[in-house]
Amino acid sequence: MADLINVIENWLNKLLLGWGASPGLTQFILQALGSVLVVLICFMIVIALIWVERKLAGRIQDRFGPNRAGPFGIFQSFADIIKIFTKEYITPQGADKVTFNIAPVLAIASVLAIWAVFPFASNVIGADVNVGVLYIVAIGSFGILAILMAGWSSNNRYALLGASRSVAMLISYEIPMVVSLLIPVLLAHSMKLSAIIDTQRPWWFILVVPTAALIFLISSMAEIGKAPFDLLEAESELVAGYHTEYSGMKFGMFYVAEFLHQFTVGALITIFFLGGWTGPMAAHWPILGVIYFFGKAFLVYLVISWIRLSLPRIRIDEMLNLNWKFLIPVSFINLIGVAVADRILLDLEPPRWLYVAVMFVLNMLILLVALYLSGKSQPALEVEEFPHRPVAVSPRTEKSSS
Amino acid sequence: MNFSILIFLFVAVLTTFAALVVVTNKNLVSAAMWLIVALFGAALTFVLLEATYIAVVQVVVYIGAIAVLIVFTIMLTRRSAEKEPSGATKQWPIAAVLSLALFSGLTYFYLTVPGTDRLAPVLDKELNMVSALGQLLVSPSGYVLPFELASVLLLAALIGSIVVAWRK
Repeated sequence: MADLINVIENWLNKLLLGWGASPGLTQFILQALGSVLVVLICFMIVIALIWVERKLAGRIQDRFGPNRAGPFGIFQSFADIIKIFTKEYITPQGADKVTFNIAPVLAIASVLAIWAVFPFASNVIGADVNVGVLYIVAIGSFGILAILMAGWSSNNRYALLGASRSVAMLISYEIPMVVSLLIPVLLAHSMKLSAIIDTQRPWWFILVVPTAALIFLISSMAEIGKAPFDLLEAESELVAGYHTEYSGMKFGMFYVAEFLHQFTVGALITIFFLGGWTGPMAAHWPILGVIYFFGKAFLVYLVISWIRLSLPRIRIDEMLNLNWKFLIPVSFINLIGVAVADRILLDLEPPRWLYVAVMFVLNMLILLVALYLSGKSQPALEVEEFPHRPVAVSPRTEKSSS
Repeated sequence: MNFSILIFLFVAVLTTFAALVVVTNKNLVSAAMWLIVALFGAALTFVLLEATYIAVVQVVVYIGAIAVLIVFTIMLTRRSAEKEPSGATKQWPIAAVLSLALFSGLTYFYLTVPGTDRLAPVLDKELNMVSALGQLLVSPSGYVLPFELASVLLLAALIGSIVVAWRK
């Protein structure tokens, strides 16, 4: 019972070998089965998440949220799925057909492929590659490509505008994200995800390097492209941004990719800063590790939802200033500080709790000094002065007054 | 026939075809998309050579940065992308001679260097290639000088871009 997933795998392995399949083929079938299972779990999670998100948004905005289909409206997502499947696929005139149709596939694949390297429990790991962190960064870049392709191939100026905004934003926020990812790699001396989780026992990295965790949270929220960073699909300015022209399930794929991306960010923060599958009894009961992993990821997901439901959209200049004038300098200084402190503490060999305490104080110091300095150097808000102009005046009086 | 050879043949044909389309396609954005396919094919070749680090870096640098930049630049200059360019420029004979020379040089190199007909030795599974590469890059007996030179070059490029963009 404790090791449910591996027990099932062993049983299937024996069964297939008993049927006369070669070991290579058996391995291939089991791996294919595993990847299909992960994909299916991801999609099922998204169905649940959409309901949770809508219910939460309703509660935060002081309304009920979906409450008609089933108890508490839990079947609302299924009704929406059926509706979206029956809708017509429209390819706009003048669109680049192949690119237009590949873009949603690439959008969802770029998120799903990240799940291939996740360690779900101590012995349930997809592919424990030794360049795991770099792999996640590499796959993430395909998401930018999908948005660019969607925006360009739609033959729509709003879509193109959304795509150009997205590139400016996603590429800039990738820098603090990658730099803050370097810190767990530095502390674990490895890019392997399982090694990073092993180093976090018993002190999670959020206690060791809280500043890096905060920067990673902010910059990956920008990578998701939802509020407050939803400039790329700002509905009051750009209709729907890069997916303006998409309809039916093609739009649905972008929608699912967005939700799944938010959950994936929750899982990434769980792996890098919240100890992954670790928890009480998780080492002996791997099935508990899976539950801890998804539970923590879901908690981070709720925090991200909470932030994005509370904050208004930021302006494009604020978005660039936050990144280039605050996040990037702080993340670089934090990286240098952590590297130097880690090297010094390596020679002194303090007990682990003292090491964690020194790192925590150093990180908080960097964050507080950065916040103080950025608050001090804040230039006065440049408000452009417009001449007073009453709303309802006839054109004649306006002409004569000016 | 080995399964990995089959994959290699597929990847090689795909990469070559994509590279051919890049230079013959008249639509700039389509050419850029096919360039991404060709670059991804190169990354897959690195995976087949068991150089996972290089493969992932290939994707990060070429697809994540360079290809996206190329597509973005083409989009910003959309007016020139709308017009169908005439295709080959007047410099194509020089380019053809140069690439032919490069191809024949590489072929000559491949045929004369000993050991190219042997199979690659199987790598030790426990060997940590990434840390070995890192040690090699910063060790004085390794490649520390080229590594530092590249860093200085990148720093100079960074400062240069700030100077260019500086508001007077």
